[in-house]
Amino acid sequence: MGFMEWWDGFWATYNTVIFSIGVNAMLALSIYVTLSCGLLSLANAAFMGIGAYTASLLTMQFEMPFPIALAAGGVLPALVALVIGIPTLRLSGVYLAMATLGFGEVVRVIVLNLDITGGPMGLNGVPPITEWWHIVLILGVTIYALARLRRSKTGRAFEAIKEDEVAARLMGVNVAGYKLLAFVIGAAIAGVAGGLNAHYTFTIGPNNYGFENAVDILTMAVFGGTSNLIGPMIGSTILSLLPEVLRHFKDFRLAINGLILILVVLYLPKGIWDPRRIRAVLGRNAEKKVK
Amino acid sequence: MLLQLKDINKNFGGLQVLQGVNFNVREGEIFGLIGPNGAGKTTVFNLITGLLRASSGSISFNDEDIGTVAPHKITERGIARTFQNIRVFKEMTLLENVVVGMHEHLDYGVTSMLFNLGGFRKAEKEARERALELLSWVRLDHKAHMLADSLSYGEQRKLEFARALATKPKLLLLDEPVAGMNPAEKTELMSEIVNIKQRGFSIFMIEHDMRFVMGLCERIAVLNFGKIIAEGTPDQIKNNQEVIEAYLGKEEA
Repeated sequence: MGFMEWWDGFWATYNTVIFSIGVNAMLALSIYVTLSCGLLSLANAAFMGIGAYTASLLTMQFEMPFPIALAAGGVLPALVALVIGIPTLRLSGVYLAMATLGFGEVVRVIVLNLDITGGPMGLNGVPPITEWWHIVLILGVTIYALARLRRSKTGRAFEAIKEDEVAARLMGVNVAGYKLLAFVIGAAIAGVAGGLNAHYTFTIGPNNYGFENAVDILTMAVFGGTSNLIGPMIGSTILSLLPEVLRHFKDFRLAINGLILILVVLYLPKGIWDPRRIRAVLGRNAEKKVK
Repeated sequence: MLLQLKDINKNFGGLQVLQGVNFNVREGEIFGLIGPNGAGKTTVFNLITGLLRASSGSISFNDEDIGTVAPHKITERGIARTFQNIRVFKEMTLLENVVVGMHEHLDYGVTSMLFNLGGFRKAEKEARERALELLSWVRLDHKAHMLADSLSYGEQRKLEFARALATKPKLLLLDEPVAGMNPAEKTELMSEIVNIKQRGFSIFMIEHDMRFVMGLCERIAVLNFGKIIAEGTPDQIKNNQEVIEAYLGKEEA
């Protein structure tokens, strides 16, 4: 069997898994942005849903070109984030988490009851036009932009707010403004991820973007580590692959999945990718060698 | 007048924390506010920096009213402060801490930031150089790339100074700058504050340590139970009967 044939078979079996790694990476990055500003927001699944429905309706009903549909799938959640962010971002910690979860539920119920969104049936027959390179390109641009942001005054302002809001405010940082910015950026990334996702899964429904998804997105970022961009990418990749790798365990799959999560949270509270800890471990080994 | 507080009252519910507080801070001086614990000193700082709003009265800075201005806008106008319970950004390096203070003075657009253009690189480079210089003022430049978390208590206070100075203030508010410091650190900090003053900054400090206040301040106000009970030079304050009573209690006849 030639390589090409093997590859074709492999691709046919696993392309949705590979696609989902890319989309999940974007979702993990979307929540990384809000977490990097100290905001525990669980609205990103809802923003993903808004983006998915917006993009799908534009390609299905209005036959818009894919790039425009995707862009709209990013812009609309960003606008919604702008509107709901102003009142809710005054909250902090678990209160913000609860408010944003509530928002997610409101979005789900609205989508469930509208005609244009197909109600409980959702949208069927979304054109499968997402290509692997769309995901690679958009993920690449996202990573690049976030990496630049991190090294700028905006990234420092986010980090300062996360560490100490009062001190950040008195250093001249417009705390409310930057929180809103982080919230809006996160919503836009999640929305585009939703648009990409909808265009390779054929169907989308209101329950794809509910509480469970919100927690999944958070888990990917926290599992990988949120001290930089690499953590969320590692977390989303591992958690996308884990169900496939654990396929042999059949019924125990979910239990083992959960066990791995618990172990990581217990023993690596800052996630798998924690540069400070890695450096510390490497430093210790280097010392041993010298001795 | 650099800073002027007029008839400031502040109530927390039924509790009257400040009653008719009046005082001025002049350009170029070191002004001290002293008083027993719970007298309302930190509340005064929180009012000036906009973290709290006065119940009544007015605060003006450079003859402009700042009573209703947002905290980050007050920082922009030229008031910076340090905190009684230290608030450095612990997970950042010293350099990053100070560069955060320059936030409002870093002027570059999104395009310049995204594509790493000249404007962005120049502004960031200048900010880092300036931050190193400020760290050298408080003799911390050799630790610029360490995490703030690794500093001693006294060093963290000095880092807060450098970070406050990075906002390019006209007036620097110091909230108990020597709390928790040993005598050697106190002496060192004294000379550093004098240095900062000589570079053209006005300083307004709250402090418990009498030797420190009397040695540094040109004028002192005394706050007791929310009221200013005396104002004057260190010598006048030292011999003021009411102040002695506030601190030591009344002598039995």
